[in-house]
Amino acid sequence: MLTVQGLRKSYSGIEVLRGVDFRVAAGECYGLLGPNGAGKTTTLKCCLGLTAPDAGSIALAGFSVPAGARAARARTGVCPQFDNLDPDFTVSENLIVYGRYFGLSRHTMQQRVGRLLEFAGLEDKATARLDTLSGGMKRRLTLARALVNEPQIVFLDEPTTGLDPQARHLIWDRLKSLTAAGRTLILTTHFMDEAERLCDRVGIMDRGALIAEDTPRRLIQAQIEAHVVEVYGEGVQTFARELAPRYAQRVELTGETAFCYCTDPAPLLETLGQRSELRALSRAANLEDVFIKLTGRDIRD
Amino acid sequence: MIDRLQLRFLYVVSRNLLVWRKLMFASLVGNLADPMIYLVGLGFGLGAFMPPIAGLPYLNFLAGGMICYSAMNSASFEALYSAFSRLKIQRTWEGILHAPMTATDVVVGEWVWAALKSTLSGTAMLVAMYLLHVVHGARPLAVLPVVLLIGLAFSALGLVMTAVAKSFDFFIFYFTLLITPMMFVSGVFYPRTALPLAVQRVAEFLPLAHGADLARGLTLGLPMAHPLLDLAVLAAYALAGVALAVTLIRRRLLR
Repeated sequence: MLTVQGLRKSYSGIEVLRGVDFRVAAGECYGLLGPNGAGKTTTLKCCLGLTAPDAGSIALAGFSVPAGARAARARTGVCPQFDNLDPDFTVSENLIVYGRYFGLSRHTMQQRVGRLLEFAGLEDKATARLDTLSGGMKRRLTLARALVNEPQIVFLDEPTTGLDPQARHLIWDRLKSLTAAGRTLILTTHFMDEAERLCDRVGIMDRGALIAEDTPRRLIQAQIEAHVVEVYGEGVQTFARELAPRYAQRVELTGETAFCYCTDPAPLLETLGQRSELRALSRAANLEDVFIKLTGRDIRD
Repeated sequence: MIDRLQLRFLYVVSRNLLVWRKLMFASLVGNLADPMIYLVGLGFGLGAFMPPIAGLPYLNFLAGGMICYSAMNSASFEALYSAFSRLKIQRTWEGILHAPMTATDVVVGEWVWAALKSTLSGTAMLVAMYLLHVVHGARPLAVLPVVLLIGLAFSALGLVMTAVAKSFDFFIFYFTLLITPMMFVSGVFYPRTALPLAVQRVAEFLPLAHGADLARGLTLGLPMAHPLLDLAVLAAYALAGVALAVTLIRRRLLR
Protein backbone atom coordinates (compact mmCIF):
# COMPACT_ATOMS: atom_id res chain seq x y z
CA MET A 1 0.00 0.00 0.00
CA LEU A 2 2.92 2.30 0.77
CA THR A 3 6.56 1.82 -0.22
CA VAL A 4 9.19 4.37 0.74
CA GLN A 5 12.76 3.91 -0.47
CA GLY A 6 15.89 5.95 0.15
CA LEU A 7 14.05 9.13 1.07
CA ARG A 8 16.32 12.14 1.50
CA LYS A 9 15.43 15.76 2.15
CA SER A 10 17.38 18.83 3.21
CA TYR A 11 16.15 22.22 4.31
CA SER A 12 18.70 24.99 3.73
CA GLY A 13 21.65 22.63 4.00
CA ILE A 14 20.39 20.68 7.01
CA GLU A 15 19.55 17.07 6.23
CA VAL A 16 16.23 16.19 7.91
CA LEU A 17 15.75 12.86 6.13
CA ARG A 18 18.79 10.77 5.39
CA GLY A 19 17.67 7.62 3.70
CA VAL A 20 14.28 6.52 5.02
CA ASP A 21 13.00 3.09 3.91
CA PHE A 22 9.84 1.29 4.95
CA ARG A 23 6.90 -0.62 3.52
CA VAL A 24 3.36 -0.82 4.79
CA ALA A 25 1.21 -3.70 3.62
CA ALA A 26 -2.53 -3.40 2.94
CA GLY A 27 -4.56 -3.71 6.12
CA GLU A 28 -1.61 -3.02 8.38
CA CYS A 29 -1.44 -0.41 11.12
CA TYR A 30 2.05 1.07 11.06
CA GLY A 31 3.37 3.46 13.69
CA LEU A 32 6.07 5.99 12.98
CA LEU A 33 7.70 6.94 16.28
CA GLY A 34 10.45 9.37 17.05
CA PRO A 35 11.41 12.39 19.14
CA ASN A 36 10.58 15.91 17.97
CA GLY A 37 12.57 16.76 14.87
CA ALA A 38 13.21 13.12 13.96
CA GLY A 39 11.63 13.67 10.54
CA LYS A 40 8.20 12.04 11.01
CA THR A 41 6.12 14.94 9.73
CA THR A 42 8.50 15.54 6.80
CA THR A 43 8.21 11.85 5.88
CA LEU A 44 4.40 12.12 5.91
CA LYS A 45 4.51 15.29 3.78
CA CYS A 46 6.72 13.50 1.24
CA CYS A 47 4.38 10.50 1.16
CA LEU A 48 1.40 12.77 0.38
CA GLY A 49 3.30 14.66 -2.31
CA LEU A 50 3.14 17.90 -0.32
CA THR A 51 6.86 18.37 -0.55
CA ALA A 52 9.30 16.86 -3.03
CA PRO A 53 12.12 14.73 -1.61
CA ASP A 54 15.68 15.40 -2.83
CA ALA A 55 16.14 11.69 -3.51
CA GLY A 56 14.28 8.42 -3.12
CA SER A 57 11.02 6.98 -4.36
CA ILE A 58 7.53 6.66 -2.94
CA ALA A 59 4.59 4.56 -4.11
CA LEU A 60 1.27 5.28 -2.39
CA ALA A 61 -1.95 3.39 -3.15
CA GLY A 62 -0.48 2.23 -6.46
CA PHE A 63 0.73 5.64 -7.62
CA SER A 64 4.20 7.06 -7.77
CA VAL A 65 4.57 10.19 -5.64
CA PRO A 66 5.03 13.10 -6.25
CA ALA A 67 4.26 12.51 -9.99
CA GLY A 68 0.91 10.81 -9.29
CA ALA A 69 0.29 12.54 -5.97
CA ARG A 70 -3.19 13.80 -6.83
CA ALA A 71 -4.39 10.36 -7.82
CA ALA A 72 -2.79 8.89 -4.70
CA ARG A 73 -4.39 11.52 -2.45
CA ALA A 74 -7.79 10.75 -3.99
CA ARG A 75 -7.45 7.29 -2.38
CA THR A 76 -5.95 8.51 0.88
CA GLY A 77 -7.32 10.08 4.05
CA VAL A 78 -5.41 12.51 6.26
CA CYS A 79 -6.05 13.35 9.90
CA PRO A 80 -3.66 16.26 10.53
CA GLN A 81 -1.89 17.09 13.75
CA PHE A 82 -3.41 20.58 14.00
CA ASP A 83 -7.12 21.11 13.78
CA ASN A 84 -8.03 22.61 10.41
CA LEU A 85 -11.78 22.08 10.48
CA ASP A 86 -13.75 24.95 9.01
CA PRO A 87 -15.03 27.08 11.92
CA ASP A 88 -17.54 28.80 9.62
CA PHE A 89 -19.41 25.57 8.94
CA THR A 90 -21.57 23.21 10.95
CA VAL A 91 -20.45 19.65 11.63
CA SER A 92 -22.15 18.11 8.59
CA GLU A 93 -21.22 21.04 6.31
CA ASN A 94 -17.59 20.37 7.19
CA LEU A 95 -17.98 16.87 5.79
CA ILE A 96 -19.99 17.89 2.71
CA VAL A 97 -17.63 20.72 1.71
CA TYR A 98 -14.58 18.52 2.24
CA GLY A 99 -16.14 15.81 0.07
CA ARG A 100 -16.40 18.35 -2.74
CA TYR A 101 -12.61 18.66 -2.93
CA PHE A 102 -12.66 14.98 -3.88
CA GLY A 103 -15.24 15.69 -6.55
CA LEU A 104 -18.00 14.03 -4.51
CA SER A 105 -21.45 15.39 -5.25
CA ARG A 106 -23.80 16.72 -2.58
CA HIS A 107 -25.99 13.69 -3.26
CA THR A 108 -23.16 11.21 -2.61
CA MET A 109 -22.09 13.12 0.46
CA GLN A 110 -25.59 13.26 1.88
CA GLN A 111 -25.64 9.48 1.72
CA ARG A 112 -22.26 9.25 3.45
CA VAL A 113 -22.68 11.96 6.11
CA GLY A 114 -25.03 9.88 8.27
CA ARG A 115 -22.57 6.98 8.42
CA LEU A 116 -19.62 9.26 9.06
CA LEU A 117 -21.39 11.07 11.90
CA GLU A 118 -22.35 7.74 13.40
CA PHE A 119 -18.73 6.61 13.16
CA ALA A 120 -17.62 9.78 14.95
CA GLY A 121 -20.38 9.51 17.56
CA LEU A 122 -21.72 12.90 16.47
CA GLU A 123 -25.17 11.88 15.18
CA ASP A 124 -26.97 14.47 17.29
CA LYS A 125 -24.43 17.21 16.43
CA ALA A 126 -25.04 17.34 12.67
CA THR A 127 -26.16 20.97 12.68
CA ALA A 128 -24.02 22.08 15.63
CA ARG A 129 -21.60 24.95 15.23
CA LEU A 130 -17.94 24.01 15.51
CA ASP A 131 -17.27 26.20 18.55
CA THR A 132 -19.77 24.15 20.56
CA LEU A 133 -17.71 20.96 20.16
CA SER A 134 -15.18 19.67 22.71
CA GLY A 135 -11.60 18.87 21.70
CA GLY A 136 -12.39 15.16 21.52
CA MET A 137 -15.46 15.75 19.33
CA LYS A 138 -13.43 17.92 16.96
CA ARG A 139 -10.77 15.25 16.66
CA ARG A 140 -13.44 12.63 15.92
CA LEU A 141 -14.93 14.93 13.30
CA THR A 142 -11.47 15.40 11.74
CA LEU A 143 -11.12 11.63 11.66
CA ALA A 144 -14.54 11.25 10.03
CA ARG A 145 -13.59 13.95 7.52
CA ALA A 146 -10.49 11.93 6.60
CA LEU A 147 -12.88 9.14 5.56
CA VAL A 148 -15.19 11.10 3.22
CA ASN A 149 -13.56 9.56 0.14
CA GLU A 150 -13.65 6.02 1.62
CA PRO A 151 -9.83 5.86 1.49
CA GLN A 152 -7.78 2.68 1.33
CA ILE A 153 -5.12 4.20 3.54
CA VAL A 154 -5.34 6.82 6.29
CA PHE A 155 -2.48 8.96 7.64
CA LEU A 156 -2.88 10.11 11.24
CA ASP A 157 -0.43 12.67 12.58
CA GLU A 158 -0.50 12.49 16.39
CA PRO A 159 -4.21 11.67 16.53
CA THR A 160 -4.63 11.86 20.32
CA THR A 161 -2.23 14.64 21.32
CA GLY A 162 -3.96 17.04 23.71
CA LEU A 163 -6.96 14.82 24.44
CA ASP A 164 -8.11 13.61 27.87
CA PRO A 165 -7.99 9.86 28.64
CA GLN A 166 -11.69 9.29 27.84
CA ALA A 167 -11.36 11.01 24.49
CA ARG A 168 -8.16 9.08 23.71
CA HIS A 169 -9.81 5.75 24.41
CA LEU A 170 -12.69 6.66 22.13
CA ILE A 171 -10.27 7.58 19.30
CA TRP A 172 -8.37 4.31 19.83
CA ASP A 173 -11.63 2.43 19.63
CA ARG A 174 -12.50 4.16 16.34
CA LEU A 175 -9.04 3.45 14.91
CA LYS A 176 -9.34 -0.22 15.86
CA SER A 177 -12.66 -0.39 14.05
CA LEU A 178 -10.92 1.01 10.96
CA THR A 179 -8.20 -1.64 11.01
CA ALA A 180 -10.84 -4.30 11.67
CA ALA A 181 -12.57 -3.11 8.49
CA GLY A 182 -9.33 -3.70 6.57
CA ARG A 183 -8.09 -0.16 6.13
CA THR A 184 -4.40 0.61 6.20
CA LEU A 185 -3.35 3.10 8.88
CA ILE A 186 -0.13 5.02 9.27
CA LEU A 187 0.19 6.98 12.45
CA THR A 188 2.79 9.09 14.14
CA THR A 189 2.65 9.43 17.89
CA HIS A 190 4.63 10.38 20.97
CA PHE A 191 2.63 7.98 23.11
CA MET A 192 4.27 4.58 23.26
CA ASP A 193 1.25 3.01 24.93
CA GLU A 194 -0.80 4.18 21.96
CA ALA A 195 1.64 2.62 19.48
CA GLU A 196 1.85 -0.61 21.51
CA ARG A 197 -1.93 -0.84 21.63
CA LEU A 198 -2.74 -0.03 18.02
CA CYS A 199 0.18 -0.82 15.74
CA ASP A 200 0.98 -4.11 14.06
CA ARG A 201 4.45 -2.78 13.41
CA VAL A 202 6.36 0.30 14.46
CA GLY A 203 9.35 2.08 13.00
CA ILE A 204 11.45 4.21 15.32
CA MET A 205 12.96 7.28 13.65
CA ASP A 206 15.78 9.40 14.93
CA ARG A 207 17.77 12.15 13.25
CA GLY A 208 16.21 11.54 9.86
CA ALA A 209 16.53 7.77 9.62
CA LEU A 210 14.71 4.64 10.74
CA ILE A 211 16.81 3.04 13.48
CA ALA A 212 14.58 0.07 14.37
CA GLU A 213 11.48 -1.56 12.96
CA ASP A 214 9.40 -4.55 14.06
CA THR A 215 6.26 -5.50 15.96
CA PRO A 216 6.10 -3.78 19.36
CA ARG A 217 6.41 -7.15 21.15
CA ARG A 218 9.47 -8.27 19.19
CA LEU A 219 11.15 -4.88 19.58
CA ILE A 220 10.75 -5.13 23.34
CA GLN A 221 12.07 -8.69 23.37
CA ALA A 222 15.02 -7.95 21.12
CA GLN A 223 16.09 -4.60 22.44
CA ILE A 224 15.61 -4.74 26.14
CA GLU A 225 15.53 -6.87 29.31
CA ALA A 226 12.08 -8.06 30.31
CA HIS A 227 11.78 -6.15 33.59
CA VAL A 228 12.39 -2.65 34.76
CA VAL A 229 12.75 -1.58 38.36
CA GLU A 230 12.60 2.15 38.92
CA VAL A 231 14.34 3.13 42.14
CA TYR A 232 14.23 6.52 43.83
CA GLY A 233 14.83 8.00 47.27
CA GLU A 234 17.76 9.12 49.39
CA GLY A 235 21.14 7.71 48.35
CA VAL A 236 19.87 6.46 45.00
CA GLN A 237 23.00 7.72 43.21
CA THR A 238 25.32 5.59 45.36
CA PHE A 239 22.95 2.66 45.07
CA ALA A 240 22.87 2.95 41.28
CA ARG A 241 26.65 3.16 41.04
CA GLU A 242 27.67 0.51 43.52
CA LEU A 243 24.95 -1.98 44.30
CA ALA A 244 22.46 -2.06 41.43
CA PRO A 245 24.85 -3.26 38.69
CA ARG A 246 25.30 -6.52 40.62
CA TYR A 247 21.62 -7.39 40.18
CA ALA A 248 20.62 -5.66 36.94
CA GLN A 249 21.99 -6.05 33.40
CA ARG A 250 21.85 -2.29 32.83
CA VAL A 251 21.38 0.68 35.13
CA GLU A 252 20.58 4.20 33.99
CA LEU A 253 20.51 7.14 36.35
CA THR A 254 18.34 10.06 35.31
CA GLY A 255 17.95 12.86 37.80
CA GLU A 256 16.66 11.25 40.99
CA THR A 257 15.59 7.94 39.47
CA ALA A 258 17.62 4.82 38.70
CA PHE A 259 16.20 2.63 35.92
CA CYS A 260 17.41 -0.95 36.49
CA TYR A 261 16.81 -3.25 33.51
CA CYS A 262 16.95 -6.92 34.47
CA THR A 263 15.90 -10.30 33.12
CA ASP A 264 14.93 -11.39 36.64
CA PRO A 265 13.99 -8.65 39.09
CA ALA A 266 13.66 -10.90 42.18
CA PRO A 267 17.21 -10.53 43.63
CA LEU A 268 17.16 -6.77 43.13
CA LEU A 269 13.76 -6.41 44.76
CA GLU A 270 14.94 -8.54 47.68
CA THR A 271 17.90 -6.23 48.24
CA LEU A 272 15.69 -3.20 47.95
CA GLY A 273 13.34 -4.68 50.56
CA GLN A 274 16.13 -4.23 53.13
CA ARG A 275 16.64 -0.56 52.24
CA SER A 276 13.71 1.43 53.59
CA GLU A 277 15.11 4.78 52.38
CA LEU A 278 14.72 3.65 48.76
CA ARG A 279 11.39 3.16 47.03
CA ALA A 280 10.95 0.93 44.01
CA LEU A 281 8.46 0.38 41.21
CA SER A 282 8.74 -2.94 39.41
CA ARG A 283 7.08 -3.34 36.01
CA ALA A 284 7.37 -5.16 32.71
CA ALA A 285 9.51 -3.50 30.05
CA ASN A 286 7.52 -1.60 27.43
CA LEU A 287 7.96 0.18 24.14
CA GLU A 288 8.83 3.42 25.89
CA ASP A 289 11.91 1.76 27.42
CA VAL A 290 12.97 0.63 23.94
CA PHE A 291 12.34 4.12 22.59
CA ILE A 292 14.41 5.77 25.32
CA LYS A 293 17.21 3.23 24.92
CA LEU A 294 17.41 3.83 21.18
CA THR A 295 16.90 7.59 21.08
CA GLY A 296 18.44 8.61 24.41
CA ARG A 297 17.06 10.64 27.29
CA ASP A 298 18.08 14.06 26.06
CA ILE A 299 15.36 16.61 25.42
CA ARG A 300 14.94 17.45 21.73
CA ASP A 301 13.51 20.83 20.91
CA MET B 1 -16.37 17.04 -15.40
CA ILE B 2 -14.93 19.84 -13.24
CA ASP B 3 -11.84 17.70 -12.71
CA ARG B 4 -11.45 16.91 -16.41
CA LEU B 5 -11.62 20.59 -17.36
CA GLN B 6 -9.09 21.50 -14.63
CA LEU B 7 -11.74 23.67 -12.98
CA ARG B 8 -11.11 22.37 -9.48
CA PHE B 9 -10.56 25.97 -8.31
CA LEU B 10 -14.37 26.24 -8.44
CA TYR B 11 -14.54 24.05 -5.31
CA VAL B 12 -12.58 26.74 -3.47
CA VAL B 13 -14.87 29.45 -4.85
CA SER B 14 -17.96 27.52 -3.79
CA ARG B 15 -16.52 26.92 -0.31
CA ASN B 16 -16.10 30.66 0.17
CA LEU B 17 -19.51 31.34 -1.32
CA LEU B 18 -21.09 28.99 1.21
CA VAL B 19 -19.42 30.87 4.09
CA TRP B 20 -20.46 34.22 2.59
CA ARG B 21 -24.08 33.08 2.27
CA LYS B 22 -24.25 32.66 6.05
CA LEU B 23 -23.35 36.32 6.53
CA MET B 24 -25.00 37.49 3.32
CA PHE B 25 -27.44 39.94 4.88
CA ALA B 26 -24.82 41.88 6.83
CA SER B 27 -22.49 41.78 3.86
CA LEU B 28 -25.09 43.13 1.42
CA VAL B 29 -26.18 45.90 3.79
CA GLY B 30 -22.54 46.92 4.23
CA ASN B 31 -21.93 46.73 0.49
CA LEU B 32 -24.80 49.08 -0.26
CA ALA B 33 -24.56 51.38 2.77
CA ASP B 34 -20.84 52.09 2.43
CA PRO B 35 -20.94 53.63 -1.08
CA MET B 36 -24.19 55.48 -0.31
CA ILE B 37 -22.56 57.08 2.73
CA TYR B 38 -19.53 58.18 0.72
CA LEU B 39 -21.56 59.41 -2.22
CA VAL B 40 -24.03 61.34 -0.12
CA GLY B 41 -21.40 62.63 2.31
CA LEU B 42 -18.68 63.64 -0.13
CA GLY B 43 -20.78 64.01 -3.26
CA PHE B 44 -23.38 66.35 -1.79
CA GLY B 45 -21.36 67.77 1.12
CA LEU B 46 -18.06 68.47 -0.61
CA GLY B 47 -19.81 68.76 -3.97
CA ALA B 48 -21.67 71.88 -2.77
CA PHE B 49 -18.36 73.77 -2.79
CA MET B 50 -17.02 72.32 -6.03
CA PRO B 51 -17.30 73.60 -9.57
CA PRO B 52 -18.47 71.06 -12.18
CA ILE B 53 -15.70 68.74 -13.35
CA ALA B 54 -15.63 67.86 -17.07
CA GLY B 55 -19.05 69.41 -17.26
CA LEU B 56 -20.47 67.09 -14.59
CA PRO B 57 -21.62 67.75 -11.01
CA TYR B 58 -18.98 66.67 -8.49
CA LEU B 59 -21.27 63.89 -7.22
CA ASN B 60 -21.27 62.28 -10.66
CA PHE B 61 -17.53 62.65 -11.12
CA LEU B 62 -16.87 61.19 -7.68
CA ALA B 63 -19.24 58.27 -8.24
CA GLY B 64 -17.34 57.23 -11.37
CA GLY B 65 -14.14 57.00 -9.33
CA MET B 66 -15.69 55.50 -6.21
CA ILE B 67 -16.91 52.44 -8.11
CA CYS B 68 -13.24 51.54 -8.74
CA TYR B 69 -12.19 52.46 -5.23
CA SER B 70 -14.83 50.17 -3.75
CA ALA B 71 -13.82 47.30 -6.07
CA MET B 72 -10.16 47.78 -5.11
CA ASN B 73 -10.92 47.87 -1.40
CA SER B 74 -13.17 44.87 -1.41
CA ALA B 75 -10.75 42.69 -3.42
CA SER B 76 -7.82 43.79 -1.27
CA PHE B 77 -9.50 43.03 2.05
CA GLU B 78 -10.61 39.61 0.87
CA ALA B 79 -7.23 38.65 -0.63
CA LEU B 80 -5.31 39.97 2.38
CA TYR B 81 -7.18 39.50 5.64
CA SER B 82 -9.64 36.74 4.74
CA ALA B 83 -7.19 34.73 2.64
CA PHE B 84 -4.41 35.06 5.22
CA SER B 85 -6.77 33.82 7.88
CA ARG B 86 -7.51 30.74 5.76
CA LEU B 87 -3.79 30.26 5.13
CA LYS B 88 -2.40 30.76 8.61
CA ILE B 89 -5.07 30.97 11.29
CA GLN B 90 -7.67 28.42 10.22
CA ARG B 91 -5.27 26.31 8.11
CA THR B 92 -8.10 25.86 5.60
CA TRP B 93 -5.69 25.64 2.65
CA GLU B 94 -3.63 22.97 4.39
CA GLY B 95 -6.78 20.88 4.74
CA ILE B 96 -7.69 21.40 1.07
CA LEU B 97 -4.21 20.26 -0.02
CA HIS B 98 -4.74 16.94 1.76
CA ALA B 99 -7.48 16.29 -0.79
CA PRO B 100 -6.62 15.81 -4.48
CA MET B 101 -6.29 19.57 -4.95
CA THR B 102 -3.17 21.57 -5.81
CA ALA B 103 -1.81 24.85 -4.46
CA THR B 104 -2.63 26.37 -7.86
CA ASP B 105 -6.28 25.31 -7.49
CA VAL B 106 -6.38 27.04 -4.11
CA VAL B 107 -4.73 30.29 -5.24
CA VAL B 108 -6.77 30.58 -8.45
CA GLY B 109 -9.94 29.86 -6.45
CA GLU B 110 -9.14 32.60 -3.94
CA TRP B 111 -8.20 34.98 -6.76
CA VAL B 112 -11.50 34.51 -8.56
CA TRP B 113 -13.48 34.62 -5.33
CA ALA B 114 -12.02 37.94 -4.16
CA ALA B 115 -12.66 39.40 -7.64
CA LEU B 116 -16.28 38.22 -7.56
CA LYS B 117 -16.75 39.81 -4.14
CA SER B 118 -15.32 43.06 -5.44
CA THR B 119 -17.68 42.88 -8.41
CA LEU B 120 -20.51 42.67 -5.90
CA SER B 121 -19.25 45.84 -4.20
CA GLY B 122 -18.96 47.54 -7.58
CA THR B 123 -22.49 46.45 -8.43
CA ALA B 124 -23.75 47.89 -5.15
CA MET B 125 -22.04 51.15 -6.03
CA LEU B 126 -23.68 51.14 -9.45
CA VAL B 127 -27.06 50.56 -7.81
CA ALA B 128 -26.38 53.57 -5.58
CA MET B 129 -25.53 55.61 -8.68
CA TYR B 130 -28.84 54.65 -10.28
CA LEU B 131 -30.69 55.50 -7.05
CA LEU B 132 -29.05 58.94 -6.92
CA HIS B 133 -29.81 59.51 -10.63
CA VAL B 134 -26.10 59.76 -11.44
CA VAL B 135 -26.48 57.24 -14.25
CA HIS B 136 -29.38 56.26 -16.52
CA GLY B 137 -30.19 53.57 -19.05
CA ALA B 138 -28.38 50.32 -19.78
CA ARG B 139 -24.99 51.55 -21.04
CA PRO B 140 -23.41 52.02 -17.57
CA LEU B 141 -23.85 48.26 -16.97
CA ALA B 142 -20.87 47.81 -19.31
CA VAL B 143 -18.68 48.93 -16.38
CA LEU B 144 -19.27 45.65 -14.53
CA PRO B 145 -16.78 43.56 -16.55
CA VAL B 146 -14.24 46.33 -15.93
CA VAL B 147 -15.00 46.16 -12.22
CA LEU B 148 -14.36 42.40 -12.36
CA LEU B 149 -11.03 43.08 -14.05
CA ILE B 150 -10.09 45.65 -11.39
CA GLY B 151 -11.05 43.03 -8.82
CA LEU B 152 -8.83 40.43 -10.49
CA ALA B 153 -5.89 42.88 -10.52
CA PHE B 154 -6.16 43.86 -6.85
CA SER B 155 -7.00 40.37 -5.68
CA ALA B 156 -3.82 39.12 -7.40
CA LEU B 157 -1.70 41.86 -5.79
CA GLY B 158 -3.30 41.13 -2.42
CA LEU B 159 -2.52 37.41 -2.70
CA VAL B 160 1.12 38.25 -3.44
CA MET B 161 1.21 40.17 -0.15
CA THR B 162 -0.53 37.31 1.65
CA ALA B 163 2.05 34.89 0.26
CA VAL B 164 4.91 36.77 1.90
CA ALA B 165 3.10 37.98 5.05
CA LYS B 166 4.15 36.68 8.46
CA SER B 167 1.23 38.29 10.30
CA PHE B 168 -1.74 40.59 9.78
CA ASP B 169 0.42 43.58 10.82
CA PHE B 170 2.27 43.36 7.52
CA PHE B 171 -0.86 44.39 5.61
CA ILE B 172 -0.87 47.83 7.28
CA PHE B 173 2.27 48.64 5.24
CA TYR B 174 0.56 47.57 2.04
CA PHE B 175 -2.49 49.72 2.72
CA THR B 176 -0.57 52.74 4.01
CA LEU B 177 2.27 52.72 1.50
CA LEU B 178 0.52 51.45 -1.64
CA ILE B 179 -3.27 51.38 -1.58
CA THR B 180 -3.92 54.73 0.09
CA PRO B 181 -1.43 56.75 -2.02
CA MET B 182 -2.71 54.96 -5.13
CA MET B 183 -6.22 56.10 -4.26
CA PHE B 184 -5.08 59.73 -4.09
CA VAL B 185 -2.94 59.80 -7.25
CA SER B 186 -5.25 57.77 -9.48
CA GLY B 187 -7.97 60.37 -9.83
CA VAL B 188 -10.68 58.84 -7.65
CA PHE B 189 -11.63 62.05 -5.84
CA TYR B 190 -10.39 64.68 -8.33
CA PRO B 191 -8.94 64.72 -11.87
CA ARG B 192 -5.31 63.60 -12.05
CA THR B 193 -4.50 66.80 -13.96
CA ALA B 194 -4.67 68.62 -10.60
CA LEU B 195 -1.47 66.81 -9.55
CA PRO B 196 2.18 67.66 -10.39
CA LEU B 197 3.28 66.26 -13.73
CA ALA B 198 5.76 63.81 -12.17
CA VAL B 199 3.00 62.31 -10.04
CA GLN B 200 0.76 62.01 -13.10
CA ARG B 201 3.55 60.07 -14.86
CA VAL B 202 3.74 57.62 -11.95
CA ALA B 203 -0.04 57.24 -11.92
CA GLU B 204 0.05 56.08 -15.53
CA PHE B 205 1.66 52.86 -14.31
CA LEU B 206 -0.96 52.19 -11.63
CA PRO B 207 -3.93 49.89 -12.23
CA LEU B 208 -6.41 52.06 -10.34
CA ALA B 209 -5.79 55.07 -12.64
CA HIS B 210 -6.61 52.98 -15.70
CA GLY B 211 -9.65 51.51 -13.97
CA ALA B 212 -10.91 54.99 -13.05
CA ASP B 213 -10.57 56.26 -16.64
CA LEU B 214 -12.48 53.27 -17.98
CA ALA B 215 -15.18 53.44 -15.31
CA ARG B 216 -15.83 57.15 -15.85
CA GLY B 217 -15.99 56.63 -19.59
CA LEU B 218 -18.45 53.77 -19.34
CA THR B 219 -20.71 55.13 -16.60
CA LEU B 220 -20.67 58.88 -17.28
CA GLY B 221 -19.99 58.88 -21.02
CA LEU B 222 -16.72 60.84 -20.66
CA PRO B 223 -14.33 60.38 -23.58
CA MET B 224 -11.81 57.58 -23.04
CA ALA B 225 -8.28 58.39 -24.26
CA HIS B 226 -6.96 54.83 -24.63
CA PRO B 227 -9.44 52.21 -23.45
CA LEU B 228 -7.47 49.27 -24.90
CA LEU B 229 -4.32 50.33 -23.06
CA ASP B 230 -6.37 50.67 -19.86
CA LEU B 231 -7.72 47.13 -20.27
CA ALA B 232 -4.25 45.80 -21.10
CA VAL B 233 -2.66 47.36 -18.00
CA LEU B 234 -5.37 45.93 -15.74
CA ALA B 235 -5.09 42.51 -17.37
CA ALA B 236 -1.29 42.60 -17.06
CA TYR B 237 -1.49 43.34 -13.31
CA ALA B 238 -4.08 40.60 -12.88
CA LEU B 239 -2.17 37.88 -14.78
CA ALA B 240 1.36 38.74 -13.66
CA GLY B 241 0.08 39.13 -10.11
CA VAL B 242 -1.68 35.79 -9.96
CA ALA B 243 1.29 34.01 -11.56
CA LEU B 244 3.58 35.46 -8.89
CA ALA B 245 1.08 34.65 -6.13
CA VAL B 246 0.86 31.02 -7.31
CA THR B 247 4.66 30.71 -7.33
CA LEU B 248 5.10 32.26 -3.89
CA ILE B 249 2.24 30.41 -2.22
CA ARG B 250 3.35 27.08 -3.71
CA ARG B 251 6.78 27.73 -2.25
CA ARG B 252 5.27 28.58 1.13
CA LEU B 253 2.84 25.66 1.36
CA LEU B 254 4.81 22.87 -0.31
CA ARG B 255 8.09 23.03 1.52
